[in-house]
Amino acid sequence: MKTNNTHTTSLRVNGKDYRLDILPWVSLLDALREKLNLTGTKKGCDHGQCGACTVLVDGKRVLSCLTLAVMKDGCEITTIEGIAKNEELHPLQKAFIEHDAFQCGYCTPGQICSGIGMLKEGRARTREEVAELMSGNLCRCGASKGIIDALMEVKEGGNYE
Amino acid sequence: MNNFAYTKAKDVTRAVAELNGNTQNKIIAGGTNINDLLKYFVTQADKLVDINPIADNHAITPLEDGGLRLGALVTNADTAYHPVIEVRYPLLSQAILAGASAQIRNMATNGGNLLQRTRCYYFYDVNVPCNKREPGSGCPAIAGYNRIHAILGQSENCIAVFPSDMCVALAALGATVNITGPDGDRVLAFADFHRLPGNTPHLDNNLQHGEIITGIDLPAKGFEKNYSYLKLRDRASYSFALVSVATGLDLNGTVINEARIALGGVAHKPWRVTEAEDFLKNKEATPENFAAAADIILQGAQGYEHNGFKIPLAKKAIVRNCMMALQPETQRPGAQPSL
Repeated sequence: MKTNNTHTTSLRVNGKDYRLDILPWVSLLDALREKLNLTGTKKGCDHGQCGACTVLVDGKRVLSCLTLAVMKDGCEITTIEGIAKNEELHPLQKAFIEHDAFQCGYCTPGQICSGIGMLKEGRARTREEVAELMSGNLCRCGASKGIIDALMEVKEGGNYE
Repeated sequence: MNNFAYTKAKDVTRAVAELNGNTQNKIIAGGTNINDLLKYFVTQADKLVDINPIADNHAITPLEDGGLRLGALVTNADTAYHPVIEVRYPLLSQAILAGASAQIRNMATNGGNLLQRTRCYYFYDVNVPCNKREPGSGCPAIAGYNRIHAILGQSENCIAVFPSDMCVALAALGATVNITGPDGDRVLAFADFHRLPGNTPHLDNNLQHGEIITGIDLPAKGFEKNYSYLKLRDRASYSFALVSVATGLDLNGTVINEARIALGGVAHKPWRVTEAEDFLKNKEATPENFAAAADIILQGAQGYEHNGFKIPLAKKAIVRNCMMALQPETQRPGAQPSL
């Protein structure tokens, strides 16, 4: 709906272009979930404390709950729905399955987007550093060991583009 | 959130004009704190002015005096990982990386880091009084659950602490803050930027409405040989400091030429006591001398029911961090220190 306070905002999400008439106070998270029906990105705390809403904006991992959609006009967004190539899962998705890196699955989309961002940043050398640089993604089921195992495997394999 | 208007500003003059004397018109940059405050209705806005399009404030540039200018809009992550910062100001890099999470550091800006607000639980809860949120309404933290609260410089009106890690390093380094407002430019020393609560706890800092931080200048001296940032908190990562310490030492053998020590998590601003730094001048870098300096820094400290532990913890943290500064190679970013 267009009102006198909506802003036309162009987003390229998972390779597809969208133009949204959007109110300034709509978070990127709500825009993805409610306007584009991309519900893979999860709303955990909605306050930047859990990481479940992590997406990639222009390749960098950010919290979509603390981002206003209008401020990302012209940006390229990648969500969990855009990680796999055609029917082929991303190596990190495969590694999550292999290492049993989730139980309830609610944090998983954020963990995978954050993990891809972390691997691209190239700052983590050790297991300890991977854990530190993933500390913004909480897993209440306690699957963190499997998550780090999966990340370490993909990091060592070097295949995460 | 309330339904606010939104506009982009392409330059500082435009941003200042958009604020237009209405205190409900607010700046947004990274948005990591203001969006959260808006969601809780701790903050409300008539209009948000997005300053990200200001191209001039996105760079890290060398200064003629040998220092470095950090653009206000450079992200915390890009600052911490900047090759010049890593080599010449590793204390700043370590402090930034000890704060928040990787996602938040990718979003949060340098200017915004200075302007983030306290994480006092009572400040965030609009159902209870808070002198910072509603002047004159009272402070439930003083007789409440005050584990994270101040032990230094607090007042009977407010015992909130300033939560930044980055700013503890900036205080130790003696940075300056570049400000532009309706009346032109001005520069504030870092020690003069944030305020103590006194009778005006609603004022976190000395930035006037209508003014914008354009950058932060680092002096040439970076204490890159002997430095350490120690952050003590309730979990190993992604948690605010109960006590943090930034130390920079300039040594001549084992003798201290110059010491810089700043504390985080203990006061309404980064806590630096020049008397303690003067005491250390020309003394041996020993635990005993650092302990004596710690006693000077903690003079006048007052604990409450749940945070009295911070006083001995801060003293021990100062000694430990100063000893770690003698061997900075023992540090690992964000991890538990090995000493």
